[in-house]
Amino acid sequence: MQLAVWTYEGPPHVGAMRVATAMEKLHYVLHAPQGDTYADLLFTMIERRGKRPPVTYTTFEARDLGKDTAQIFQDAAREAVARFKPQAIIVGASCTAELIQDDPAGLSEAMGLPCPVIPLELPSYQRKENWGAAETFYQIVRTLADKSVVREPREGRPARVNILGPTALGFRHRDDLVEIRKILALLGVEVNLVAPLGATPEDITRIGQADFNIVLYPEIADEAARWLEKTFDQPAVRTVPIGVGATRSFIADVAELAGADPTPALGDTSSRMPWWSRSVDSTYLTSKRVFIFGDATHAVAAARIAREELGFEVCGLGCYSREFAREVRAEAARCGIEPLITDDHLAVEDAIAAAAPELVLGTQMERHIAKRLGIPCAVISAPVHVQDFPARHSPQMGFEGANVIFDTWVHPLVMGLEEHLLTMFREDFEFSDEAGASHHAAHSPRKASVQAVSEAPVEDIPAPAMADDDGTLWTVEAERELKKIPFFVRGKARRNTENFAAAEGRRQIDLETLYDAKAHYAR
Amino acid sequence: MSALDILDGCAAELARDTGPAIAPARPVLRERGQREVFCGLTGIIWLHRKMQDAFFLVVGSRTCAHLLQSAAGVMIFAEPRFATAIMEERDLAGMVDAQDELDRVVNRLLERRPDIRTLFLVGSCPSEVIKLDLAKAAQRLGAVHMPRVRILNYSGSGIETTFTQGEDACLSALVPVMPALAADAPKELLIVGSLPDIVEDQFLRLFAEMGIAKVGCLPARNARDLPSVGPGTRYLLAQPFLGETAMALEGRGAQRIEALFPFGVDGTSDWLRAAGEAFGIDRDLTEQVIAPGRARAARALANLRPQLEGKRITFLPDSQLEVPLARFLQDELGMELVEVGTPYLHRAHLARELDRFGPNVRLSEGQHLDRQLDRVRADRPDITVCGLGLANPLEGEGLTTKWAIELVFSPIHGFDQAADLAELFARPLRRRDMLEI
Ligand code: SF4
Repeated sequence: MQLAVWTYEGPPHVGAMRVATAMEKLHYVLHAPQGDTYADLLFTMIERRGKRPPVTYTTFEARDLGKDTAQIFQDAAREAVARFKPQAIIVGASCTAELIQDDPAGLSEAMGLPCPVIPLELPSYQRKENWGAAETFYQIVRTLADKSVVREPREGRPARVNILGPTALGFRHRDDLVEIRKILALLGVEVNLVAPLGATPEDITRIGQADFNIVLYPEIADEAARWLEKTFDQPAVRTVPIGVGATRSFIADVAELAGADPTPALGDTSSRMPWWSRSVDSTYLTSKRVFIFGDATHAVAAARIAREELGFEVCGLGCYSREFAREVRAEAARCGIEPLITDDHLAVEDAIAAAAPELVLGTQMERHIAKRLGIPCAVISAPVHVQDFPARHSPQMGFEGANVIFDTWVHPLVMGLEEHLLTMFREDFEFSDEAGASHHAAHSPRKASVQAVSEAPVEDIPAPAMADDDGTLWTVEAERELKKIPFFVRGKARRNTENFAAAEGRRQIDLETLYDAKAHYAR
Repeated sequence: MSALDILDGCAAELARDTGPAIAPARPVLRERGQREVFCGLTGIIWLHRKMQDAFFLVVGSRTCAHLLQSAAGVMIFAEPRFATAIMEERDLAGMVDAQDELDRVVNRLLERRPDIRTLFLVGSCPSEVIKLDLAKAAQRLGAVHMPRVRILNYSGSGIETTFTQGEDACLSALVPVMPALAADAPKELLIVGSLPDIVEDQFLRLFAEMGIAKVGCLPARNARDLPSVGPGTRYLLAQPFLGETAMALEGRGAQRIEALFPFGVDGTSDWLRAAGEAFGIDRDLTEQVIAPGRARAARALANLRPQLEGKRITFLPDSQLEVPLARFLQDELGMELVEVGTPYLHRAHLARELDRFGPNVRLSEGQHLDRQLDRVRADRPDITVCGLGLANPLEGEGLTTKWAIELVFSPIHGFDQAADLAELFARPLRRRDMLEI
């Protein structure tokens, strides 16, 4: 048993729902109790979809157990097919139905339904949402793909590609897709199909007609892409175009497989991020310490952008998905830090508090954590709340995505000259910690609970000094001086000073130690 | 021709109710099929706020944890007093003893949260299906942790409970540990059903003014500070979904005071008057105490009545609050009830409410979702009360909706909330008229 308050991923059948909801004319018959219908609200409320997810839940009850749950499943499947007339259905069990072992696959096969039935085996007690989405997509592709298609010869026609991975409830999938299509249009590459988002089961049958695949979200599409590679000899582009550098590599990769000239796409004049980052106002971004956590793909991309495109220092990097942990480990090594692979948000909270970053990039969970700790934050990865499904076009991928990322990450930070003013006029009553950055009053950092000592009014600190966790002692005077350092660098100053004191073997941190440490860390 | 006649499979299921409480019997449309409702675990989201020393540990699956977090949504930022012990393959395959695992999780939790005084082990579908005995676990762990922590159990599983029935199950679990009220003790009043603190305080003030000295609340704000119960207890239900709790209380000798539920001017007056009568309070005094609240509520409702009068409303089954709320909207705001669906109809507790319904109200119990949505589309009510999963899809079809969950999370009982309650229905209609896009 694992104790959890918040979870990064839902159960695997929610992953299957993300695929089913993204597609058209596909229906999901899910053997599940009534409470599992909550999952509909993920799509209708969080993503604001105006349509019900195409899911029929059997909603069996305790009194049905051991009697007619199998019958209930068959009735539900029959009614769903008659009412919604899908081109195909997927069938499966949620965690509870898995225990009663009704075998939805066998039951539906025995019914002779008038459409293809794709059975799903999603072990609820071992796997999670992203795995469920990947497995569902793979099964759909494997079952429906017409293996007899013969690709037309390449000569005299544009290259054709499948874009794989976008689903319902994905972080900015809708907008990323627009950017990818733009790039492909500039390269003269035709889109054979996009899946799961917007594809019908009939569309999937002709998936073999493409010359190659683009794996946009490996968490969802990698499994299917590997099967397609084997079955149809379709190579895959696996560069995820998040960030300017990655977008350039992506364009090069696509151009190479398509035999196209990359220049038109590389010369996209709407790419503003490189200049925004080089302009002098951005100098203050230099070596800002950033903590990154999310799904593997987005976390790795964020770390690269942070290092190479914004000049940040990555002080923490991790992901909640074990399946793709290898990529995160490799990137963490490049950042010179230990990766954090966990789905326990309390462990993430501890790591963030210990790292005392100046910016957190994460999921909705890290946003809550950062809010509690009073650290600026931007969201880079699912799971996200309703406010992270914006009405406006807001991609992460392509050059426009990089522009969006620049704005989103820089916005929560205190701006260049303001930073100096805050430092110089610390005593100004309007520069209280609670005021935060002047351009977003509503999001100003609050007192951090874990930093209760440093955040408490100086008067409240018991004399003569407080023992820190590791036994170092701050004198009242030094503690008061620390208060004069602006909140957004105070965590760093405290940590540096304590490290310095520990290294020097000083038992007490007084004014002297504070300024010795400042001199020591001067760069 | 009514929508019922034209829709496949509906007319046939009209059954004459033969329950003793309702005379003459009112036809109830009983349906079975897909139900779109939360399970009883959802009650934890308000119960853990109400009982400030209690912690709710769901013994379930990743689905249960995900449900709680999705239903709680953005409402909770602080570390909540609930969590899920997620069962894994090892627990099911018998590689570890699930009871041992539970001990480990509970011990760790109680170590980390010394503020917990009452711990509820909450059963889920998976724990029920594998017959994990949580009563036994509660007993064993209780023996270790009492007196510091009392450990109780109930089931909020979706195979047994629907949404608010979770609160019913939780409160029933509290009844056996309520202290005994001596058989010869003077009569005491007990308010049953969790109310927002502000509403509870309003009611307590009114009862005090009426001269009812001893009034207890179940649940109490502090779960270790439960009111007494015994033959001298007269209880008032504040919520219509507490059938099991009522039975448990009667099992300990308590008697129910029959009344309308305290929604709107009529409901609240009837509820308070019934208590007054049960305690032999002078009628004039009761009237004097409730007069100011009645007048305030009536004034406030008068402002909203023009917006709601004549508007047609359908309730999809959700919280079991449907019947009393429909009565309020019909009687006090002049709305027309098209269909009132409820997951479960407690005929005895709702008898007085149902008596108020006009003859053409379609009353339905249980659910066959797609057929019910067909009826909504055929009826085209002005407003449909439904769950979160259905609201935007219905809006997408041009039907105005009200999320039912807000009715459970907002203060809506009593005189001073009557207008707030009406406003919850008026706002979506007003918004529909305001928007020009
Ligand atoms: S319906 Fe059952 S399995 Fe689903 S969330 Fe509720 S208790 Fe858990």
